Amino acid sequence: MFATLSQRLQETMRRLRGRGKLTEADVAAAMREVRMALLEADVSLSVVKEFTSRVRERSVGIDVLQSLSPAQHVIKIVKEELTALLGTEVPRLQLAPAGPSVIMLVGLQGAGKTTVAGKLALHLKSQGRHPLLVAADTRRPAAIQQLQVLGERVGVPVFTQGDRVGAVPLARAALASARNEARDPVVLDTGGRLHVDDELMQELEEIKAATRPVEILLVADAMTGQEAVSVAAEFHRRLGITGVILTKLDSDTRGGAALSVRSATGAPVKFAGTGEKLDMFEVFHPDRLASRILGMGDMLTLIEKAEAAYDAEQARKLEQKLRKLDFTLEDFLDQMKQLKKMGPLDQLLDMIPGMERMRGKVDLGDSQRDLKRAEAIINSMTREERLNPHVIEGRRRRRIALGSGTRVQDVNRLLKQFDEAKKMLKHMAHLERDARRGGRLPRR
Amino acid sequence: MWELLRSGLAKTRQQLAAALQGVFGNRLYVDEAMFEELEEALIRADLGVGTAGSVVKAVKDRCAQDRIGDPALVLPVLQVELAARLTRAGGVLQLASRPAVLMIVGVNGSGKTTTVGKLAHRFRQEGRRVLLGATDTFRAAAIDQLEVWARRAGADLVKHAPGGDPAAVAFDAINAALARRVDVVILDTAGRMHTRSDLMQELSKVRRVVGKALPGAPHETLLVLDATTGQNALRQAEEFRAVTQLTGIALTKLDGTARGGVVVAIADQLGLPVKLVGVGERIDDLRDFDPEAFAAALFET
Repeated sequence: MFATLSQRLQETMRRLRGRGKLTEADVAAAMREVRMALLEADVSLSVVKEFTSRVRERSVGIDVLQSLSPAQHVIKIVKEELTALLGTEVPRLQLAPAGPSVIMLVGLQGAGKTTVAGKLALHLKSQGRHPLLVAADTRRPAAIQQLQVLGERVGVPVFTQGDRVGAVPLARAALASARNEARDPVVLDTGGRLHVDDELMQELEEIKAATRPVEILLVADAMTGQEAVSVAAEFHRRLGITGVILTKLDSDTRGGAALSVRSATGAPVKFAGTGEKLDMFEVFHPDRLASRILGMGDMLTLIEKAEAAYDAEQARKLEQKLRKLDFTLEDFLDQMKQLKKMGPLDQLLDMIPGMERMRGKVDLGDSQRDLKRAEAIINSMTREERLNPHVIEGRRRRRIALGSGTRVQDVNRLLKQFDEAKKMLKHMAHLERDARRGGRLPRR
Repeated sequence: MWELLRSGLAKTRQQLAAALQGVFGNRLYVDEAMFEELEEALIRADLGVGTAGSVVKAVKDRCAQDRIGDPALVLPVLQVELAARLTRAGGVLQLASRPAVLMIVGVNGSGKTTTVGKLAHRFRQEGRRVLLGATDTFRAAAIDQLEVWARRAGADLVKHAPGGDPAAVAFDAINAALARRVDVVILDTAGRMHTRSDLMQELSKVRRVVGKALPGAPHETLLVLDATTGQNALRQAEEFRAVTQLTGIALTKLDGTARGGVVVAIADQLGLPVKLVGVGERIDDLRDFDPEAFAAALFET
């Protein structure tokens, strides 16, 4: 849907090559593209204006002859400035040295506070802490039950006094209980509210005064539009935000709201929610979001996902097998399982620069189904068949097809693919051996 | 009746009015700079760069055609243009069938369950028998939340255990509605990101099952959209339309927020009408959408 900024800039600047220095007019043309890209990414207009004027200053006078491509040079400046604006520090949670640290979660309705509370509790727990969740949202129907369910799932106790106790006395009681039971930190899930709702903002101020939180984190929906600035500014004005948690980054939003929120509060984005599962919660990486806002993909996250899902030991074993050519259908199955661990294919595809425009053109559902089918087929084989595929004759093929809910043709296709993969490996192994022996070209 | 929408839109109105005051107020003649500022005001209202540009171009053409030189006369032209774009998509809730089946879909946190509760209340006030289907079996305590709303509104509820098959819940809800001679069935589906193809397939299955349980159903499939959402709303509408054949938008949280302009882009580019507007936290703060009133309320000073 959107052309990436780099493509656009390349287009605008193609004519410029070899014309001396970038003039104001050249840069103005480039800045129009930057402005467009940022606005399409939902960065607030006032932030965009400030930003483009800063980039403009740095860009005028770039020596076109010296820089290989003026477009690349401008992109570099844009990216540097974006990353600087998003914050270069590695964001950490500030926790008090003694006594329970209170972490207060605030934000609009539907931003994802309760889910974030559960995810944050899991994150803290995995760092060896003993958090307490506090259900201080007494207004939304079933908000308390929701937090209780989440608390149970992540194995963290939830403090509640039902929905008839006011949020302020409840927060006080929770703090006392945390002290008694030696729970630390205390995560307060407050009710969602509109930033223009004075009464409820006042309640938040009172909770703050009663519990003296070390962190007041604004939970913000990454898909928010131009409104992000006024929301963040108002919460900041009333409460003094210490950090931001950006949720729903698993959507295909460019996430320009992060920039707006950051510039309105000066507070760093500390975490990002990237999915429905409770462990889909990451420390925030400003440089990666900068790439994403510019539509330049997110290779680093992809690599990290691959590393997390990939078992190094298994990989080494596989490599040995490949060398010795005893790669079997069982190894094939392992490979597929590892790929699946990395997440849905379309999410992975989005992280590759330039690939987001492929969305909709390739049906990933199909590939995903193929993988699933292949897995079912291999699962329906006996161990002997997996190790020795050539024993699979007609009757076995029928049995396997029946067992996996596929057709004999599907089984045939898989076996053929596997056979071809093996042939290719054999060829590669020969190439490598020949190369080692003295760099001869392979015979044809 | 429009008082509530107006008060809900008060902030939008103030902000846009202030912005437009700046555009139109202190000018003596219509010029290029004025149209540029107008475009910016529309961008700030989340219309998006493309739609804001095309609206401004249309207004500009109209002004040139009618030789409008007085900035004060540009505002009505703008209002008419916006209302026309919103009206073109048109649309009222289709409730003629008995039972009429409404399927409520959307991304996480857009306000689906609350909208279902408000709708149930409204239909009950109109004297209809209402049955809610708890097809959100995924989110923690979603069923409890819907149960509270059903009690408040006085509606029947069909539910399964958490984690159950949403299509099965939908099927049971419709059969129960047929047996109990209910007028309106509202299905509250689980929130899902439009990028999750597996979950979108699940939704498409729920829709198919609904159509099998009652031919012609669902009669309305509404995308619930948070009014603070930016340009991503367009992607949401596209993706949900692809799997569920959306019939309209329910725009929520229009109270206190200054925006909601993305619905102009959605009506414009996808031809999807806004049918409902949520303007407050109270159970009766849900309104039919009226394009003219909406456009007028945007610019009322």
